[in-house]
Amino acid sequence: MSMVTFREALRAAMDEEMERDDSVILLGEEVGQYNGAYKVSQGLLEKYGPERVRDTPISEEGFTGIGIGAAMAGLRPVVEWMTFNFALQAMDQVISNAAKMRYMSGGQFSVPIVFRGPNGPAEYLGAQHSQALQSLFAHFPGLKVVAPSTPADGKGLLKASIRDDNPVLFLESEMMYGLKGEVPDGEHIVALGSADVKRPGKDVTIVTYSKPVRMVLEAAEALAAEGIDAEVVDLRSLRPLDERTVYDSVSRTNRCVVVDESMPFASVGSHVAWLVSHNCFDELDASVELVSGEDVPMPYNHSLELAAQPSILKILEAVKRVLYA
Amino acid sequence: MAIGKKERLGAQIEAEFLKKMLLIRRFEEKAAQMYGLKKIGGFCHLYIGQEAAAVGALAAIDLGRDYTVGAYRDHGYALACGMDPRGLMAELFGKATGVSRGKGGSMHFFDASRHMLGGNGIVGAQIPIATGIALKCHYRKDGGVVLCWFGDGAIHQGSFHESLNMAKIWKLPIIYICENNQYGMGTDFRRVSSVTDFVVMGDSYGIRGTQVNGMDVVEVFHDVGEAAERARAESTPVFLEIKTYRYRGHSMSDPAKYRTPEELESYKKQDPILILKSRMEESGRLTAEAYAALDSECKSTCDDAVKFAEESQEPEPSALYEDILA
Repeated sequence: MSMVTFREALRAAMDEEMERDDSVILLGEEVGQYNGAYKVSQGLLEKYGPERVRDTPISEEGFTGIGIGAAMAGLRPVVEWMTFNFALQAMDQVISNAAKMRYMSGGQFSVPIVFRGPNGPAEYLGAQHSQALQSLFAHFPGLKVVAPSTPADGKGLLKASIRDDNPVLFLESEMMYGLKGEVPDGEHIVALGSADVKRPGKDVTIVTYSKPVRMVLEAAEALAAEGIDAEVVDLRSLRPLDERTVYDSVSRTNRCVVVDESMPFASVGSHVAWLVSHNCFDELDASVELVSGEDVPMPYNHSLELAAQPSILKILEAVKRVLYA
Repeated sequence: MAIGKKERLGAQIEAEFLKKMLLIRRFEEKAAQMYGLKKIGGFCHLYIGQEAAAVGALAAIDLGRDYTVGAYRDHGYALACGMDPRGLMAELFGKATGVSRGKGGSMHFFDASRHMLGGNGIVGAQIPIATGIALKCHYRKDGGVVLCWFGDGAIHQGSFHESLNMAKIWKLPIIYICENNQYGMGTDFRRVSSVTDFVVMGDSYGIRGTQVNGMDVVEVFHDVGEAAERARAESTPVFLEIKTYRYRGHSMSDPAKYRTPEELESYKKQDPILILKSRMEESGRLTAEAYAALDSECKSTCDDAVKFAEESQEPEPSALYEDILA
């Protein structure tokens, strides 16, 4: 085990995959000479050269589509979006091309590509740079969507994503790049579609993923101090979704809170809450609660922007509602 | 192996061009008829009038190592690549034997073995895809070039401009072909373009354009051949504007009232099949009997394709959930 930052874990994943397979290339804005807007790709240009680590102009639709074409022709591109907010410029390429190519060609073409970058609210970035956009991507069959919460999961899931033969949206978070965690030494792969129980407990299941996992674990400690033993399920992968692990947990605890920093309307969180309500109906002792981002654009003011996001207090209140406490 | 325009092509290759153009013409007429009979639904964009572009261009490259990526008016490219009319007609009918298993339809013909990557439905969105394939060719140094087709309607999309810029800075071997049939759906290109001479559209990106007479298959063959060799030898993007004309509306539901009957008639006099046929007849390389036999062969190929499509099975219900993920 080594103690590394989330950023270093992601870099190691790309480095190892580029080392073992020369069809893996990296392209995006500032990934090369600048060493990455968030320094995730630091050193890769020096090691692999400009043919494999390619700086692009600010042309998201263009370089996203170029990555898709290269993938259809046999490469395994990793496309870095400086943030997922800018991916909106490239949505047509992801949705109409990457997600559909296999289906509309009757299975003739696959698109082995990873789109990665920071997603979700950071701090003081305002409405256009602080969006949690996972629900848009998760809506579409043909895409895989992955959202790790720890350096170990980040590394293992990114390696699995690069080896996957499908388009994978890999969601990181600006607020997580500097966080440290233990990462197993040597080859470390985490299969897509496997959730992880980050904290076992018996009184209530809290289902979450990505950055909020850390907050939920803190909330669970606060609950423990009050004698409430929460189980925390980290989805890790939104598509495919490991429903089994969630249902197994809920059938033990009989109560469920979903925590998701995206906005609540037609979101990953609301869908998971519906799945649990529908599939665990007989096991549930209370209706499922959803703690989401507020249904507003992200404001700049720090107090307001914190109020727009899930918080420990909101999580504690939701847990108490499902416990009738 | 580009050859000068003055050099005469062999009689065999001219006959091949004639046959392919006739096959496309008859296939499209049959598709229109089947559409009228409601055997084919949805959007169906016919290639009639533009046959010389696909046939000449695709004969000028080697699909063993090269690639072609087109937009939604794709029947002509598919036939010019040598795809089986049976599988294509079955695809139009939505049958399980269709080239895309009946799940693509008119706008989504694909053939991985022939490096034919669509058949893409969103205007201009195939241009970055084609550019990415050229990136692969460049990265692998495999000698491949890419033909990237789009219409005059797509040239104002950001995808075109973003792609040309990156193809130039990265020296990608790709031939961008604006197949200018003069109407983006119902809109005359002159009404919505800041320039009427599209060859200048590459100038901002340091890519000089060349105009090609799209009504003469031999000229298209020569010009695309030269462009492909240049793209290959110099590893560079090249831009061609192939001037052509579609006889039918944008799609089957379009009566094309935005143009005059006189305009249509004037283009029908420069019909690409007529031009080649006359030239071959005048030089004694084609007899009326031989032409009639060729035409009859193409018609029966299309009749056979319809029969095949009619008799093919519908996709199994289970096909609904197949081919989503690899």
